[in-house]
Amino acid sequence: MGARLISLALLIAAWYAGSSLAGERLLPDPQAVALAIVDEARSGALAVNLGATLARVAVAFVIAMALGSMIGLAMGRSRIADRLGDPWLIVLLNLPALVIIVLAYVWAGLTETAAIAAVALNKLPIATVTVREGARSLDRALDDMAQVFRMGPWTRMRHVILPQLAPYLAAAARSGLSLVWKIVLIVELLGRPNGVGFEIGVAFQLFDVTRILAYALAFITVMLAIETFVVQPLERHAARWRPRPA
Amino acid sequence: MPPAGARDRLDVAIRQKRFFAASGGNLHVLGELAFSLAAGEVAALVGPSGCGKTTLLRIIAGLDRDYDGSVALPAHGTLGMVFQEPRLLPWRTVEQNVRLAAPAATDASLDALFETLGLAAHRNHFPGELSLGLARRVALARAFAVEPDLLLLDEPFVSLDDALALRLREELAELVNRRPVTTLLVTHDVEEAIALADRILLLSPSPARVLAEVPVARPRAAHTADELAGMREDIARRINRAYL
Repeated sequence: MGARLISLALLIAAWYAGSSLAGERLLPDPQAVALAIVDEARSGALAVNLGATLARVAVAFVIAMALGSMIGLAMGRSRIADRLGDPWLIVLLNLPALVIIVLAYVWAGLTETAAIAAVALNKLPIATVTVREGARSLDRALDDMAQVFRMGPWTRMRHVILPQLAPYLAAAARSGLSLVWKIVLIVELLGRPNGVGFEIGVAFQLFDVTRILAYALAFITVMLAIETFVVQPLERHAARWRPRPA
Repeated sequence: MPPAGARDRLDVAIRQKRFFAASGGNLHVLGELAFSLAAGEVAALVGPSGCGKTTLLRIIAGLDRDYDGSVALPAHGTLGMVFQEPRLLPWRTVEQNVRLAAPAATDASLDALFETLGLAAHRNHFPGELSLGLARRVALARAFAVEPDLLLLDEPFVSLDDALALRLREELAELVNRRPVTTLLVTHDVEEAIALADRILLLSPSPARVLAEVPVARPRAAHTADELAGMREDIARRINRAYL
């Protein structure tokens, strides 16, 4: 904990130093950014924009994780599914995020559906690949055990397969959350009338670095809270059976 | 107890079983191999290691369907199996492991089972917190909790020290005596076979066939040390004759 605080203090000190070197216009100091956050919060704009972005992140994340887990599990378990899905996966993995976003807007219009679909489609192949790796390493011996004792499909999924996939799902969720929120910002910049990305786009046109940093910082705080209060407790719960040094 | 009818038997009639070897060509693991177990009978399959005992058990358990021949399970075909290693779900407690395999088991029957196997104090432990001996007991509890029509035991006491193996063997004998169940025990330990089985089936080296059937006089518990020694000698002689 102490090391973390020292590290954070160093970051802020470096920020002050950089600010005095580069000047207020290019890099406003932490105090100015904090004041900008308070201003935006007072006007209500911060809550509206953070809420809009967070909602898009949540919906796109859930869709991508659910579909990616199902497809990845199928591809890891069945050779035919793997052969059928692999070319699609390679195409999606290598298609630049920007291409998917622009095509989604061209084909479906500047709509919420197009925005969320574009984000989910960007995250989907990465979740699929991670979960497929997990599904390939599932323990055959436990499968046999479940078959001998005639466990139903639901019991097998919940008690035999999912616990084995937990580390892979956690890895996919972690990398996914940070990727999704970065792409949501681009989607908002290009074709949505609100959200953190839209605000940053406006600030860019006005060359308002303070506002850009204010929104970025506010959103990072939210994501940090999600990591600390949602992701980490879930991980601890999933790993409760592992023996720990006393 | 249901009457011992034709459908309470286990009938195994295998013509052959081959594996494709990774090095090319194929391995002839099981040859002509046929035997039957009457309801409630305990048989031990004894054979040299690598003779295909585990393959045979996997075929009977329905885990391997790629063979020539037929296997008819006793009515209902509820299986209880103890694998060579405990094969517990590490992320579920002892009690959850048993209940997931046997959702229909009553609290009273589980209490009794845990009591007999000395697991009462470990119900809420995770498998990673158990010794191998305890984990094997949990595997036994799981196999008995489903109230199987056929119990398959694949070297259930291997790699335990002698004293512990002996105690677990006694507990297993007690469970089988309390609720008779058709049991097939795979082992390479003749002592273990004599202690538990009504009949010993001697298997040849691969491709495995039944070389000889040796009945073990009952009741098991009444054997004196002298009788046991005599029986051991007799079986050892038969094994040597069979393998030479």
